[in-house]
Amino acid sequence: MTALDETQVKEGVDQDTVDAVKELSGAYKYGWETEIEMEYAPKGVNTDIVKLISSKNKEPQWMTDWRLSAFERWEKIEEPTWAMVNYPDIDFQDIYYYARPKSMEEKPKSLDDVDPKLLATYAKLGIPLKEQAILAGVEGAEDMPAEGRKVAVDAVFDSVSVGTTFQAELKKAGVIFCSISEAIENHPELVKKYLGTVVPPSDNFYATLNSAVFSDGSFVYIPPGVRCPMELSTYFRINAENTGQFERTLIIADKGSYVSYLEGCTAPKRDVAQLHAAVVEIIIEEDAEVKYSTVQNWYPGDEDGNGGIYNFVTKRADCRGDRSKVMWTQVETGSAVTWKYPSCILRGDDSQGEFYSIAIANNMQQADTGTKMVHLGKNTKSRIVSKGISAGKAQNTYRGLVSMHPKAKASRNYTQCDSLLIGDKCGAHTVPYIEVKNNSSRVEHEATTSKVDDDQLFYCRSRGMDEEEAVALVVNGFCKEVLQALPMEFAMEAQALVAISLEGSVG
Amino acid sequence: MALAKLKIDTTEARLADVVVPQGAAWGNAARADAMARVRQMGLPTKRDEYWKYTDPASLTAAESPEAALFVNDEGPLFENVDRVKIVFVDGFFDADASDDLSAEGVEIERLSDAMATDIHWAKDLYGVLETRGQTPVERPLAALNTALATDGVVIRVTGKAAKPINFIYLHNDTSSDAILHNLVKVEAGAEVTLLETGPAAARFSKQLEVEVADNGTFHHVRAQGRDHERRAVTHCFARIAANSTFKSFTLTFNGVLTRNECVLEIVGDDAVAHVAGVCVGDGRDFHHDDTVFITHDALNGESRQVFKKVLRNGATGVFQGKILVKAGAQKTDGYQISQSLLLDEDSQFLAKPELEIYADDVACSHGSTSGAIDETALFYLRSRGVSHDDARNLLTLSFLAEALDEIDDEGLAEELRDRLEGWLSRHS
Repeated sequence: MTALDETQVKEGVDQDTVDAVKELSGAYKYGWETEIEMEYAPKGVNTDIVKLISSKNKEPQWMTDWRLSAFERWEKIEEPTWAMVNYPDIDFQDIYYYARPKSMEEKPKSLDDVDPKLLATYAKLGIPLKEQAILAGVEGAEDMPAEGRKVAVDAVFDSVSVGTTFQAELKKAGVIFCSISEAIENHPELVKKYLGTVVPPSDNFYATLNSAVFSDGSFVYIPPGVRCPMELSTYFRINAENTGQFERTLIIADKGSYVSYLEGCTAPKRDVAQLHAAVVEIIIEEDAEVKYSTVQNWYPGDEDGNGGIYNFVTKRADCRGDRSKVMWTQVETGSAVTWKYPSCILRGDDSQGEFYSIAIANNMQQADTGTKMVHLGKNTKSRIVSKGISAGKAQNTYRGLVSMHPKAKASRNYTQCDSLLIGDKCGAHTVPYIEVKNNSSRVEHEATTSKVDDDQLFYCRSRGMDEEEAVALVVNGFCKEVLQALPMEFAMEAQALVAISLEGSVG
Repeated sequence: MALAKLKIDTTEARLADVVVPQGAAWGNAARADAMARVRQMGLPTKRDEYWKYTDPASLTAAESPEAALFVNDEGPLFENVDRVKIVFVDGFFDADASDDLSAEGVEIERLSDAMATDIHWAKDLYGVLETRGQTPVERPLAALNTALATDGVVIRVTGKAAKPINFIYLHNDTSSDAILHNLVKVEAGAEVTLLETGPAAARFSKQLEVEVADNGTFHHVRAQGRDHERRAVTHCFARIAANSTFKSFTLTFNGVLTRNECVLEIVGDDAVAHVAGVCVGDGRDFHHDDTVFITHDALNGESRQVFKKVLRNGATGVFQGKILVKAGAQKTDGYQISQSLLLDEDSQFLAKPELEIYADDVACSHGSTSGAIDETALFYLRSRGVSHDDARNLLTLSFLAEALDEIDDEGLAEELRDRLEGWLSRHS
């Protein structure tokens, strides 16, 4: 029985609509699998596996030691239980920590050498690994000026990066954009200087695990004064069964630089849940700005809660320099369980952090997500706009911290978090922590929970829209603030995603 | 899950020398059950999430810290209100100082007498709401109170009470460690107002369990005194039935440590629950914590939480509020606001305003703000010739007004407003 079979149909909703919904719910577009020969490290995690991952990436000794000390710590700590999510215990010894397509044994010299099967996979996902204008399948892109179209892509397939586009052109601008394994090899001084300085290996259970076993991920360095000539993006694809994906992203925006970074992710449909535990660190120096956008569309599991990705992610930006700025934008529609709090440490005076989020949970999905704004510097500003939508039997929690330290004089925070419930079997929760330790700062938090506004629905219906269209429109209006903050490449996709996840959820 | 060592040590240290008061009839069993709850949960430590912002160490210590006696230069509150006075001195009922306990519309007995009566309504209330209130969040200090309460009264309201009942607490011993437990049962259609005033003890643990039956009304106005050195942990558990009203207001001046927990459960349709509080604190050693948990488990319920804090010279204010709307509690209207006015650079406000919602046809909102006094407004008043201190006090009172407005009885509200003005002028 699907979750929607049990939904009590409210007055005014006709049975046809509910039936249509049943058909639509659970339609995950990216659930196919690529048949490709893989090589695996043995199942489970121990010091040998950590060393193996390190050697596969041809890492120097300091990196291996760094991993080993993280692993030693991880063995002693316990999995956190405070999030409002429930899932069966994870057997950390029953996961493959390293899975690589056989064809990637020798790193391809250029994109032309990449296994056609892998290229086809990304093409099918709408992310062709060609140095062509833009991501395919983005509507309206043809109307955009040619300059704004280019997006460099780093494609990560299970445990390895299969290729990075536009590297040569970026190099001309001085930008380094490559996989983190390449960065460890070619730019050890940068990695050594910054890795683990924002999310230390001791940060939390999953970050510690990631520090020990991360296999790949993206590395970005924008030199002083450079405005990155194109958007950068990483596309994560989990393909292999029973594997965990542990990627590590490190972005450094040096003084006065700017970059917009996009991240996307999908996985095949499987009955067994898979773990994804990533760490993203962003360092922002004086006057620099980073925009980080995510469309998270991991496989959410079926309507009974079988399978799906456990997405336990630590993302943090450190605004080290004065007047530095970071903007997190996320659209969360996938994953069976999400545990994710992209945060901002506002260390530099006059630095700014922004967090815009839409989290949509349907069927049996559980999302516990939010942000932390830690104000340390004077005159720092932060803004949080979070929209949570629950449907089916899903649970959606906003959890956030706004902390004004005694020295963060004249700082400012504004938080708005709204929740929308569709149907009476789901839940929406808000858990904000607000800590104000000086009086020249102003902090405002407001939150509301409501159902889809009847008046708005009635108006749309009176204009001839059917119920589903009307709900999609109202919800889009509710989410507009967040969607507008997304880069163009994702804005179109995100609006479509909102409609997909909510189709059939009228209740 | 096994308790952490710190928790076990804290609990054992506190319980080492305690003697559970023994009475007859059902009281012993109720206390023994409560003691079992305490041991099972363990007493709170500062590592507990629910005590993140308030260190419970002095509340769980075996010995109560001393507190100097307080000389009241303003005279007792509510002198002009016609009321039934029930006086407790350092946590013990004082019959001589109290009024005759018989009054129209109410039946008042001492807790020990009720416990000694085999068949008594209080048996179905004592520790019962407290037990219900232990989930989803544990409140071990409330269970400890149920186990160890040395005194208290039980009040059954059978009609419209002729006059308010006033619990008056007196503090005569610098090291008193008072544990009181009171019950109020408001029968269907009945109505009562309960007032609480006065400093109570060096360390005061107080619990109030309130059952409001259909169409009943319970009003509660409490002033926690100016005795600065005292520590207090109070719990109010209430179960609110259909069409009934529960309204509680607390004014707190000073206090080294105050933790007021209010746990309300709306179980009948169309019920109303309001909790409001004002606290004013001065000094680094002032710590005040309002912890509120309101559960909606019925249709068309209305709840309001309005908390305002004025903090100066390094004072700390804490607010932990939660609205839980259970599945099926449709048409719930929940509102929560917590605000602090920080009068200088050192004071702090720590808040956790939570919502947990499992019903789709509800409106719940919460807001929390913190900041300094509005300089523009201050400038305006100054430009009209108002002195700086007067202008600041005027703006402070207007900031507090929304919470004071929660008191329905204008006379009581006015008296508290006067006391607030007095406090502000003394702490300029």
